[in-house]
Amino acid sequence: MPLTLLKYGLRGRHASFRDIPATPDLKPSYDVVIVGGGGHGLAAAFYLSTVHGITNIAVLEKGYLAGGNTARNTTTIRSNYLTTESIRFYKEGVSLFETMSEDLGFNVMFSQRGQLTLAHSEATMRSFHLRAEMGKHMGVRTEVVDVKTVRAMCPHLNLDEGGMHEVMGGLWHADGGTARHDAVAWGYAKRAAERGVEIHQRTTVTGFRKDGDRVTHVVTDRGEIAAGQVLQAVGGLNGQVAEMAGFKLPIRCFPLQAMVTQPLKPFLDILLSSANMHTYLVQSSRGEIVIGGGSDPYQLASTRSTLDQKEHLAEGVLHLFPFLHKVKLLRQWAGITDMTPDYSPIMGASPMRNYWLDCGWGTWGFKATPVAGKRMAETIATGRVPDILLPFDMRRFDNFALLNEMGATAASH
Amino acid sequence: MKLLTCPVNGPRNIIEFQYLGPVRAANPELPDQLTEALFYVENPLGMLTEWWRHTPSNTIFIAERHTVTDQIVATYLPNRKPA
Ligand SMILES: Cc1cc2nc3c(=O)[nH]c(=O)nc-3n(C[C@H](O)[C@H](O)[C@H](O)COP(=O)(O)OP(=O)(O)OC[C@H]3O[C@@H](n4cnc5c(N)ncnc54)[C@H](O)[C@@H]3O)c2cc1C
Repeated sequence: MPLTLLKYGLRGRHASFRDIPATPDLKPSYDVVIVGGGGHGLAAAFYLSTVHGITNIAVLEKGYLAGGNTARNTTTIRSNYLTTESIRFYKEGVSLFETMSEDLGFNVMFSQRGQLTLAHSEATMRSFHLRAEMGKHMGVRTEVVDVKTVRAMCPHLNLDEGGMHEVMGGLWHADGGTARHDAVAWGYAKRAAERGVEIHQRTTVTGFRKDGDRVTHVVTDRGEIAAGQVLQAVGGLNGQVAEMAGFKLPIRCFPLQAMVTQPLKPFLDILLSSANMHTYLVQSSRGEIVIGGGSDPYQLASTRSTLDQKEHLAEGVLHLFPFLHKVKLLRQWAGITDMTPDYSPIMGASPMRNYWLDCGWGTWGFKATPVAGKRMAETIATGRVPDILLPFDMRRFDNFALLNEMGATAASH
Repeated sequence: MKLLTCPVNGPRNIIEFQYLGPVRAANPELPDQLTEALFYVENPLGMLTEWWRHTPSNTIFIAERHTVTDQIVATYLPNRKPA
């Protein structure tokens, strides 16, 4: 192997290749038009073209490929939710990550190192017991651990014994992990493009033409195209694009901010979060500490960062690891999240017959990229919403059948 | 530090305030507007009229703010919108 590599390196000519083809001209018509070239849209394109044999597809992306929330997220992958409907769904998501690198022939750097969420109050401990039991019932690895176990897992952690944020225990989720967000999107895009899916970057959808309860055409800034079926997966702008299609979604925009430090020697080999402090962190494979937390306090659709929120994130991290006080921040950013009232996504049918929704992913949708793509592709190909997606129908708000995941989402993402 | 002007206490650091959400068009007292009032909250890209509370003084008031630029255009007490 090293010899082959050496020979390859010394050879003068290397054939160049590109993973993602340049944007072609728009055709007059497609079987499926996917609005939004983030991880979700690309995963749906991948499953439609590889599993269901539908290849006359255009993915329309207003910016660059997967530059929305897919590019901004902190890549927590987990299935320790609260309701049976959610756990079933996210469990399938985690299992697809487990084989993704092999399935795509593309290294997505999935690292299933486990997630520990800390409790600093009795109330949080009680909610952890509930989540652990629900998880066990649904067959995911989730358990409550005591302080001794926390100390063994994370010897550098400040347990603050007797203090204001004393660690009382934690929720250990051995199935939790992280993956490289860009690689997930690029892997799906590359394999879908090989099947003939067209990826149109810098193409903004500006409206729809309709005939009764069907969308006939998608209007873009590069012209109009006829569409057999449409999938909407536009991240932070889901509320606005639905309005273009003529209906309202129960979605509000809030920014979510994150940041990373300079690279450090490895000291943290799990994903760590604190429910009470609204902070979570993970050490990336480059050694940087990736830090995230709760949403901004008021509605906004701008990706600026604020000092208040960054200070809040830093405060949480310094409480957990005081020795990081001299570490420098390298980058910081924000994304616009599309928040639903119950902290669960909206997937499946819309008021339009050939218009499908994969939205309301808010602050937690990266982990669902493969499973949402797979199940939405199945929906579009068969015209039938699979059972696993039915609880996520947008009509649940009109029927008061909410799927409340607020407590299992807050600051653990 | 971002400033928000409380109609009673003047400009204060925005961390002294609590966001209470948009002023709602839908009326929860009317049965056919209930789900609209509960779940379909105003979410424009542009001007939003919304409720805020200055926490230390418990002053509840209205702000008009742009949701893309984050510019606060006006703040006033309920029913006392300046002409
Ligand atoms: C700071 C932060 C941290 C997060 N951390 C986590 C985490 O740890 N774990 C987790 O699971 N989730 C996390 N999330 C949430 C996650 O990032 C999103 O839910 C997920 O990436 C959504 O993917 P998507 O493909 O649906 O949307 P996006 O990746 O946002 O893609 C949507 C695309 O649609 C395009 N678009 C919008 N309007 C139009 C239009 N009119 N025409 C054409 N294209 C359009 C956009 O340009 C964008 O590229 C985080 C989010 C943020 C902001």
